[in-house]
Formats: sequence, C-alpha cells, structure tokens
Amino acid sequence: MQQLLNTALGGLTLGMVYAAFALALVLIWRSTRVVNFAQAPMAMVTTFVALVIVDAGHSYWLAFAAALASGLVLGAVIERVVVRPVEGGPEINAVILTLGLFIVLHALAAVIFGNRYRSFPAPFGVRGIEVGGTTIALTGFGIFTILAVLVTMGLLLLLFQRTDIGLRMRASAFNPEVARLLGVRVGRMLTLGWALASVVGSLAGLLIAGGSLVHPGYMDSVVVYGFVAAVLGGLDSPFGAVVGGLLLGLALSFVSGYVGSQLVALAALVILMLVLVLRPGGLFAQTAARRV
Amino acid sequence: MPAMLTITDLAAGYGPVRALDGVSFTAERGRVTAVLGANGAGKTTLLRTISGLHRAERGSVDLDGQRLDKVAAERMPALGLAHVPEGRGVITELTVEENLRLGALGRAGKVDSSDLERVYGLFPVLADRRAATAHVLSGGERQMLVVGRALMARPTTLLLDEPSLGLAPRIVAQIFELLRGLVESESLTVLLVEQNARSALSIAHRGVVLNLGRVVADDDADALAADDQLRHAYLGF
Repeated sequence: MQQLLNTALGGLTLGMVYAAFALALVLIWRSTRVVNFAQAPMAMVTTFVALVIVDAGHSYWLAFAAALASGLVLGAVIERVVVRPVEGGPEINAVILTLGLFIVLHALAAVIFGNRYRSFPAPFGVRGIEVGGTTIALTGFGIFTILAVLVTMGLLLLLFQRTDIGLRMRASAFNPEVARLLGVRVGRMLTLGWALASVVGSLAGLLIAGGSLVHPGYMDSVVVYGFVAAVLGGLDSPFGAVVGGLLLGLALSFVSGYVGSQLVALAALVILMLVLVLRPGGLFAQTAARRV
Repeated sequence: MPAMLTITDLAAGYGPVRALDGVSFTAERGRVTAVLGANGAGKTTLLRTISGLHRAERGSVDLDGQRLDKVAAERMPALGLAHVPEGRGVITELTVEENLRLGALGRAGKVDSSDLERVYGLFPVLADRRAATAHVLSGGERQMLVVGRALMARPTTLLLDEPSLGLAPRIVAQIFELLRGLVESESLTVLLVEQNARSALSIAHRGVVLNLGRVVADDDADALAADDQLRHAYLGF
C-alpha cells in the first residue's frame, strides 16, 4: 500500500514536470508549426542563469524570477532571429535550425558555465514528508513543483480564454491570414507565443534542477519524455499535453517501481507506439486533418 | 455619387504570371459594385491586393482620400476597410462569439456588448449558437459569421469575396437579401467579387467585368445584365 502511494506520488510530481515541458512544446507547435528541439537547452541556459545568481549570494527566488525572465527574452529573441527569417520556406528548415540551436546552446553553456556537474539549490525540503510516523515520497519541493505547474497552467488558461491578447494569439495560431485581415499583428503574437513557451520550459528546467545536479546536458532526458507526452496528448492540444505528461509520469513511475528502472525508456516507447497505433492523432487531437 | 474606393492602373502577379494587368475603376460611396469574371480572371487577387495581403507591382488604391497600397493588411480595419474572405475564413477552432469579438479588436476603441447585440440582431441564427465552436456551423451560417465579424469593426467599406461560394441557391438568395438590407441600413460601400454574376448583379448598382487581369466592361448593373454578348462571353448566364 505504501509503495503504491509512493509510486503514485513520485509519478505525479514527475508527470507535472513532463506536462510543463510538453506544454511548452505544444505552444510553439500550435502557433508556428515548429517542433522546438532547442527547448531543453533553452531551459538549461536559463537554469544556469539562476545558478549564477544563487552563486553570487542572492536569494533563490530572485534567481527563480531571473531565470523565468531570461526564458521570456530568450524565446522572443530566438523566434525573431532564428525562426522568423525562415518562415514561409519549407517547414523542415525551422526544425533543422532548432536542432542546430540545440548543439550551439550546449556548446556555449559548456564554454560559459563549465562542463561539469554543479548542485542546484531547492527552496523547500527535498526529504519525504512524514505522515503518521511513515515517510511518504512527497517532498516539500515536490508540492512546490505540483503547485507551480498548476498555477502556470491556470494563468495560461486565463490568458488564452479570457483576454483579448489571448484571443489574438489563438487566432494567429489557427488562421494567421484571417487574423491579419482582422487587424491582428500576427508576427508579434508568434513572438509572444515563443516567449511564453520558453518561460514554461524554463520553469520545467528549474523544477527538474531543484535539489539536484545541473550540467549542460541535464535536461536532455527530460526532453525525450516531454516530446512523448506532447505527442501522446496530440501535439495541437495544450490540455492533451498536460494529461499526456501526467499519464506518462505515472506510467513510468510504476514501471520503475514495480518492473525495473532500467525499463523506463523502453516503456515510454511502448506507450507512445500503442497510443499512436490506436489514436494516430494523439489522445486529444480535435482536428487531426486540419493541415492543408 | 462620389468615389469611395479608387483603383488606378493596378498590377499584381505571382512570379511570371500576371494576375492583374492595369486595372482601374471606382466604387461609389454607399453603393454595391460587383466585380465579375470567370475563374482566374483576377478577382480574388484584386481583393487581396487592395487589402494588403498581396503586394501591388504598380498602380494605386485610394480609400476616401487615403492611399492604401503601402499600408499593411493588419492596419486596414482601423482605416475602415474590412476584407471578408469567403466562408472558409471562419476560424473554426474558436466559438461564434470569439470570432465576432475578434472582429472588433482591429478597430480603435473598446468593444462593448452593443456591437455584439447589433450583429446578433442582424443574424439571429448566430445568437442562438454564440457559445458553439464555429466548426459546427453550416456553410450559410459561416457566411453570416464572416459578414457579422466584419461589421464588428464598424467598417465604411466591405470587400466581399464570393459570398455565394459552395452555398445552395436558396441560401445564396437569403445571403444576398441580407446583404442588400445591410448596405441600405448601414450605408456601406461594397466591393462584391462574384462568380455567380446573376445574383451579384441583382443587388449591385455597378459592375466591373475582369478577364485575364484586365477590365473588359465597366457599366451600370442593369446595362451589363442586358448586354447579351457580354453575358455569354464572360458571365455565363
């Protein structure tokens, strides 16, 4: 019973991070039809920004805010400088560019921040909480992780569903030409979409790093699961990304806890294949054949 | 009637293909001007060039004394020009009401509920389905939605692209009846691009016939409809 609970709690925490990462991928895919392979190193760079600030003796929260802010700027700059110039060409061009960016950011981080493992602080305890004499696998930082992702998702939902700017962003993503005719500055909306996605990616990076070790490649395994989660949900659906992330986190936690931790990556592949065979558009694809 | 929209020597194309080759005509204020012609005559390119979606190679577009040919498409709603794409221009992933609200964002000033209520008054069908995703609407309802959405920006001039496309004859008659009423009640200037020449001429005051990117006729709608030779050669009825 206790193992079941702990496995579920571990899966939930991890699933939240996958969900955040998948959401970042979906936000970009939905608006610009680019699979952003550079998402992981972008998050890694912003985590190192936080680490530099912490190492300089400032508080975790200042570093946290600075990482998110630098994520916002980094996302906007990459959209403007790297993605925008190839817009209108074959869609694969932008994807290849993000792969190139993956390598460049890795290399730059190794040069600037050093290519070794460094410990990253956590603002809350990373030991299991005690409930009635037994320790459960839910840490203070785990609770923070879950809440931070939930709050972020709530804010994004409000932005997209309840504000004019959110309506403009959705219109730009769904039908850029019609949006232009209605007076929407589509280019700005796409930049904003990348910036927001990059903030969500940075959050995932900070949450993975908390109480753990960081290294220029520390996000690379997360990116694989983030992609799987995004595809599980159907790349077009932010809601699907969140559910996909949670399902994947739970499933992998159970595989790790009951079957064997060496099978986790294989299990992710099996889950992905099963879903794609049964529902090729992903679990929550609303418009599987929308692209013309 | 004074000119609202003046097109002078407009040329545009796609690479080596000349879609518009020196088109000139005027659309009078408060009137419906039909632009007719077969598929490939340049009608849609004309609208896209006027509204800034396609770049003109030569010539000018003037809306009520203001040059439009260097203005970006996204600024047109603020200048009073609304380009209504054919029914496929509905954003199907958004709800009916979100489509309408989007229409008002391009103009200066705040959207208030009176704009929405006005459009719902004109198209009661849309009011019944305001919370529905636009994807469930029929072809006729989609056409009403794109027209209603354009009206949300309180335009002076409407560019209508093939409002009859893909609709059953009964629905086409209904849409044109609605348009006729709107032009009178809102005193709109309308440039109506149509392949369905008979329906278009029934509500237009003037007609311009395009063939291979050039104007081959520009006359009162009644005169065009009465010209048997022109009808047979270009209008197909």
